[in-house]
Amino acid sequence: MDALRELYQQLIVEHHRHPRNFGKLVPADAEAEGRNPLCGDHLHLYLRWDEQGRIADVRFEGEGCAISVASASLMTEALRGKTKEEFEDLFEKVHAMLTGKAEPDPELGKLVALAGVRAFPVRVKCATLAWHTAKKAVEEGKGIATTE
Amino acid sequence: MTLNVSALRAAFPALAQEVHGRPLAYLDNAATTQRPRAVVEAIARFYEHDNANVHRGVHALAARATDAYEAARAKLAAWIGARSPREIVFVRGTTEAINLVAATWGRKHIASGDEILLTEMEHHANIVPWRMLADAVGARIVVAPIRADGALDLDAFRARLSARTKLVAITHVSNALGTINPVEEITALAKQKGAHVLIDGAQALAHLRPDVAAIGCDFYAMSAHKAFGPFGIGALWAREEILAAMPPYQGGGEMIRTVSFEKVEFAEHPHRFEAGTPNVAGAIGWAAALDWMAKLDFQAVHAHEQALLEAASEALGAIPGLVIHGTAKAKAPIVSFTVKGVHAHDLGTILDQHGVAVRAGHHCAMPLMQRLGVPATARASFACYNTHEEVEALAEGVRAAMRMFALEA
Repeated sequence: MDALRELYQQLIVEHHRHPRNFGKLVPADAEAEGRNPLCGDHLHLYLRWDEQGRIADVRFEGEGCAISVASASLMTEALRGKTKEEFEDLFEKVHAMLTGKAEPDPELGKLVALAGVRAFPVRVKCATLAWHTAKKAVEEGKGIATTE
Repeated sequence: MTLNVSALRAAFPALAQEVHGRPLAYLDNAATTQRPRAVVEAIARFYEHDNANVHRGVHALAARATDAYEAARAKLAAWIGARSPREIVFVRGTTEAINLVAATWGRKHIASGDEILLTEMEHHANIVPWRMLADAVGARIVVAPIRADGALDLDAFRARLSARTKLVAITHVSNALGTINPVEEITALAKQKGAHVLIDGAQALAHLRPDVAAIGCDFYAMSAHKAFGPFGIGALWAREEILAAMPPYQGGGEMIRTVSFEKVEFAEHPHRFEAGTPNVAGAIGWAAALDWMAKLDFQAVHAHEQALLEAASEALGAIPGLVIHGTAKAKAPIVSFTVKGVHAHDLGTILDQHGVAVRAGHHCAMPLMQRLGVPATARASFACYNTHEEVEALAEGVRAAMRMFALEA
């Protein structure tokens, strides 16, 4: 039960109920779609760069469980102002944390709240979906990310 | 007579365990039931004493294995009211049974411009093989809608039947809604138009005693594991005159009479459709499951399951923001539901931590989910060994999930 309370901690539940940066971004410089074919979760991510090569705006829409929506919401907050390299660095750190390869790093700030998913291996893909989708958008400008 | 549920449960070793420190409430029976000890023992006994390949040995073990395999065929035939064991083809499961019909009978009899009539509540196993066939031969898929309560809209079904309808393929019991379709009436309507009828019986076997003669259909597809039998074995029942005229399915050993490089003479049905070494142990385990089921009083099973369904519908229905999908009058003990503000997968995870095993997802029925306007549902599906305490654990788990999401439960 403690693991459950850690997974569904207040911050996660709150971001699920009131996702930040939820909606379309038109026009966008990059767009990608994320799908979890196993459970039907899907999200669409929009991204805009500024002149210095930093993420100026990032938004998402879609449907999913609390973990996938909260992860996407927390991610959009963390991504603003990041360069491509900074995003890639953050992606690696978050991915390592979610998959249990690294302990939660306080440097990750609010994103540490997602670490509760490590006790639920079947739900890790819910948490990584938004991140894989953002990676597609950042690196390829468009595309479809699936968790298969 | 009332069902002695605790005696029933004692036959299922897997039910007597704790999950996450709570007694297991196994409510995922529509995905697969548990198996009684008698089934596990029959399989072990076969491997320990009679293990041999079938239909091809003169030694004692081969004879025993063959006899047991063919006895299983006869037992299943009798169970579903078939005229002869020759009407039973062993396959891997319902999915393969339907694919077999599509690939053989379908390829021979369904042509460009013909129609295959399905319903909105079908499982992917009763959609995809027909979509593939339709694309290959230029046939059309026609879909009969369901009503708001999840029952088939019979008027709309009737309106979609025509002289072009070559096949009606419909589920006996919906895996996602629980709806029990009036398959006798549907078959009679289809027959008036000269259509053949295939029934997906995957969900029926654990709850009803299907009688293919009474239904009047042409094909009936089944899986053992949905009704207390082992994984990896199922059957296609087909009317003998249809089977006799059907081209072979896979080629290989067992399904031939003589083979040369120039010419193959095929075996008679049902062996013509069973290429390769079959799942002998699976068939024997299935026979043990049928023996176990034969001891059940099906009237008492029905009464108990309907009481569980009613209790679950009532307990869940009382929760604010919870919607039950599928409230047809004729229903198997399956309750699909969504909770406003809590996604089905979160429900599934939280219920699991309470020891309650349910399925969360689209239940291999994406068109149905689209019709219902939900991405996924949580589904509690009961079997005869479930209890009213488990219904309470389910409802309490749902309330706990809602509290966790700061919702009023």
